[in-house]
Amino acid sequence: MLEVERLAFGFPRRSVGREVSFALASGEVMCVLGPNGGGKTTLFRTLLGLLPAQGGEVRLGGDPLPSLSRAEVARRIGYVPQVHQGSFAFSVREMVLMGRTAHLGAFAAPGAQDRDAAAQALESLGIASLAERPFTEISGGERQLALIARALAQAPMLLVMDEPSANLDFGNQVRVLERIAALAARGIAVLFSSHDPDHAFLCAQRALLLAEGRALEVGAPRDVIRPDTLERLYGVSVRVLAAGDGLHTCLPDVAPRH
Amino acid sequence: MPRHALAYLLSGAVLLALAALALAVGRFPVSVAELATLLGAKLSGSVHALEPNVESVVFQVRGPRVLAALLVGAALAAAGSAYQGLFRNPLVSPDILGVSSGAALGAAAALLFALGPLATQALAFAGGILAVGLVVWIGARLRGHDPLLALVLTGVIIGTLLGAALSLLKIAADPAGTLPAITFWLLGSLAAIAPRDLAVAAPLVLAGLVPMLLLRWRMNLLALPDDEARALGVDTRTLRTVVIVAATLMTAAAVALAGVIGWVGLLVPHAARLLVGPDFGRLLPLAMMLGAAFLLAVDTLARTLVSVELPPGVLTALVGTPFFLWLFAVSRRSW
Repeated sequence: MLEVERLAFGFPRRSVGREVSFALASGEVMCVLGPNGGGKTTLFRTLLGLLPAQGGEVRLGGDPLPSLSRAEVARRIGYVPQVHQGSFAFSVREMVLMGRTAHLGAFAAPGAQDRDAAAQALESLGIASLAERPFTEISGGERQLALIARALAQAPMLLVMDEPSANLDFGNQVRVLERIAALAARGIAVLFSSHDPDHAFLCAQRALLLAEGRALEVGAPRDVIRPDTLERLYGVSVRVLAAGDGLHTCLPDVAPRH
Repeated sequence: MPRHALAYLLSGAVLLALAALALAVGRFPVSVAELATLLGAKLSGSVHALEPNVESVVFQVRGPRVLAALLVGAALAAAGSAYQGLFRNPLVSPDILGVSSGAALGAAAALLFALGPLATQALAFAGGILAVGLVVWIGARLRGHDPLLALVLTGVIIGTLLGAALSLLKIAADPAGTLPAITFWLLGSLAAIAPRDLAVAAPLVLAGLVPMLLLRWRMNLLALPDDEARALGVDTRTLRTVVIVAATLMTAAAVALAGVIGWVGLLVPHAARLLVGPDFGRLLPLAMMLGAAFLLAVDTLARTLVSVELPPGVLTALVGTPFFLWLFAVSRRSW
């Protein structure tokens, strides 16, 4: 469904990454791990066609990305940005309805079918009760769920989520990971970035380790998230512990204080 | 009744009442009964028993002025609503891209060379369009900047340059003749508007309004960060260009007709948004009604309050400043 081959990405006159290759099938979850400034957001922007690729190829459902119009890309990929405040007090329902834009004609406004799709998206994330609240006045966790609902209203095959757990408290982080797993169970492919390697263990079948714009490792989290790769990625020493029931967790070694 | 339906109904009623009041009051008062008789006769094509000067006051003197206030108020409010969404900022007014400075320069040049009222309007309109064209052209060439920021900053810079050119024209003007004419034009006025002027301005305003109505849903997405709007399937660059062209057409037509009248395009969209929320499809009609009503009220006050006519721009500022400060104080951060 998503195929990335020897992709080079970055800005005009400033290369950020290259030689990144991976593929993602329907219902698969991939977690992208890497340090700040490692190129995660730039990679995502390139996959969404917001930045032109500098080399290599991205194929979406078999079609090369540059051959698709903005609206066609939007019907295949839903993008969940990092949580922001919003500049005008659109209601949560209006915000989610904006996800239907790629399914509308240029001069059309959302109709009954679009309202149903938005209502369903709100329902499936358990935030139907927030529908009439202003987006600017709900909590960060609620805003994150509203942005996921908006991406779902796009009816995409792939969701790209840029640090969906950033700025969320522990409970909301877990809730977002639960949603990711539930979406994958419905056959949607999910690509998300995180600062916490445990998130890859908890809900991803695959992990991509991105350091200085290069794919250090791609594979099952258990195979690629190791003390040596984490040390290379983040420059800190980390133990990877088995939690007993097949799960793993990362525990950093913090230098003792004197 | 939903809150926004109530807002539309009330605004519509206020607008009608104000229009009747504006036709009735003045140095030659016309009663509401006479107004009703006149309008009834006009619509049915029958004859009435009123004196001919009543008819001429209503249809020749006050009618065009009332229509001009409605047209200019609605146009400025519509353009302001569009720009506030486009620039994601509720403190933006329709002249942020230099349309007023360009129009002022064009009008001042026409007045300096005494080219007549028609040329003054034409040059004001052309000046406004050219100024925005220049700003957009330069803004698009400043790569590596946020496109919105590039536009706003270019607008400020070009606006300052045009302001300097205007000062130069004023220095060159005759202090006893053309200088007061330029000064009065800059203050704005609805006094001397002929039906012919309206017939030119109204289609231009309409031409700007049609794309806004058609794109009412997509306009909402311009309020999102650029990446998000594009990821939702909107070609933001094209959409922004269309909106800027449409809003500039409306504003330039309004400014060419009535001069520079501040506050309407800044204040009214803000007030309308508090009543029906930011959805552009709901906001635009209400903002236009409120803008028309506001300017009509101000202009009616301007010609009846004291024996000399006050420039409407002075009154919009007098009413606008406290109202805006109050809005600002009560609205916290949700626009």
